[in-house]
Amino acid sequence: MPDKHRGVFSLIIINKAGGLIYQREFQAGLRKLSTNDYLVLAGTFHGVHAITRSITPKIPISQPAQPPATSSTGTAAPATSGYSYPNPGVPVSGLDHLETDKFRLTCFQTLTGTKFLLFTDPLTGSVDTIIQKIYELYADFVMKNPFYQIEMPVRCEAFDRHLGAWLRGRT
Amino acid sequence: MAAPRHATMQSISNGGTQGSDRPHTQQSQQAQQSQQSPGLRVPSNRKTIYDRHLNRSRNAELSRASFAFLFGEMVTYAQRRVTGIQDLEKRLNEQGYPLGLRLLDLLFYRSTSTSSSALSSSSTSSSPPNRPLRIITLLHLIHGPLWRLLFGRAADALEHSVSPDTPNEYMITDNDPMVNTYISAPRDMSMLNCAAYVAGIIEGVCDGCGFETKVSAHNQPTELWPSRTVFLVRFGDAVMEREKVLERAGVK
Repeated sequence: MPDKHRGVFSLIIINKAGGLIYQREFQAGLRKLSTNDYLVLAGTFHGVHAITRSITPKIPISQPAQPPATSSTGTAAPATSGYSYPNPGVPVSGLDHLETDKFRLTCFQTLTGTKFLLFTDPLTGSVDTIIQKIYELYADFVMKNPFYQIEMPVRCEAFDRHLGAWLRGRT
Repeated sequence: MAAPRHATMQSISNGGTQGSDRPHTQQSQQAQQSQQSPGLRVPSNRKTIYDRHLNRSRNAELSRASFAFLFGEMVTYAQRRVTGIQDLEKRLNEQGYPLGLRLLDLLFYRSTSTSSSALSSSSTSSSPPNRPLRIITLLHLIHGPLWRLLFGRAADALEHSVSPDTPNEYMITDNDPMVNTYISAPRDMSMLNCAAYVAGIIEGVCDGCGFETKVSAHNQPTELWPSRTVFLVRFGDAVMEREKVLERAGVK
């Protein structure tokens, strides 16, 4: 069906402990999982995300006899036999997005450890903008709501309303 | 009914602010000068809020986000020891009441010194604007100047109760109350309206003018305005009696 907000399928928010706190579909007729499966999905993703962070390859810091192929590790002191990430200025992000023929999963992790998973059509552009806006709405209508308890499931009517309205507004 | 509450509230508020706030700021200012202590921040030009002229309201807007967090904290605080929704609304109302009493003076002060026509209609002699004597002028004061002072715009509607049984009831409507912008009440408390705080402010303003009132906030959502709120203003019998006398006497 030619939906107005075509492209964005669904949104999942995972708290920093790996618990599912928000799940919503933006298109009618999407196949749903059971609540339990969503919880398992969130927990599994949380684990996979942590694994991808820890398996990020490290490279040895400028060993004396090595060709300077690893030039990006320029800041580290020589002669120590330590290891460093290829680009030390950028923090290790872990899984950032996952793409298949049919959908694209974008993961955005906030500095506080909350993860936003957005399922979109692979052709959808400017996913970063969408995620930023969702984060903004979350900061406004969830975190400023005195009835919301931190790390607990999000049940904020104003958040639902503004999220839906904004996604409907952009074509 | 209203008089004792008025008196106690005032004494509490007098003790609270003048006793503590001013010396506190001065102290922190001194501390700032002697050693850069991480306490209250003082602007670099050493002008605190007390150095500013009371009438300078332009460019003195506050951050909406910090208000939202402060108000959220107030709601959480009020919620801590309550028994139910009505109790919570009563507490919020009581938090707003002293603010209304004090705000009234600032409102009058600003309206007189700018010689705006906002209040002059309420006065019998045209040059110095008096406090409102009749109900309608009071309600116009709340609907217009008070709302602009608080929220930067007038309220959306002002109505009189159509029912002949309740001639003492008036309704002020706000389509999107600023205090409720970021608040969504949980489903089991759908009756709750945190604008009870604003209702308390209105009550304080009315009491300060000498009108005994009860004000409550009610949800009246519409399709377009999901957080539309109606403030029900109920004047006391003594006020209604006086109103009749004033009407006969032709006081405006």
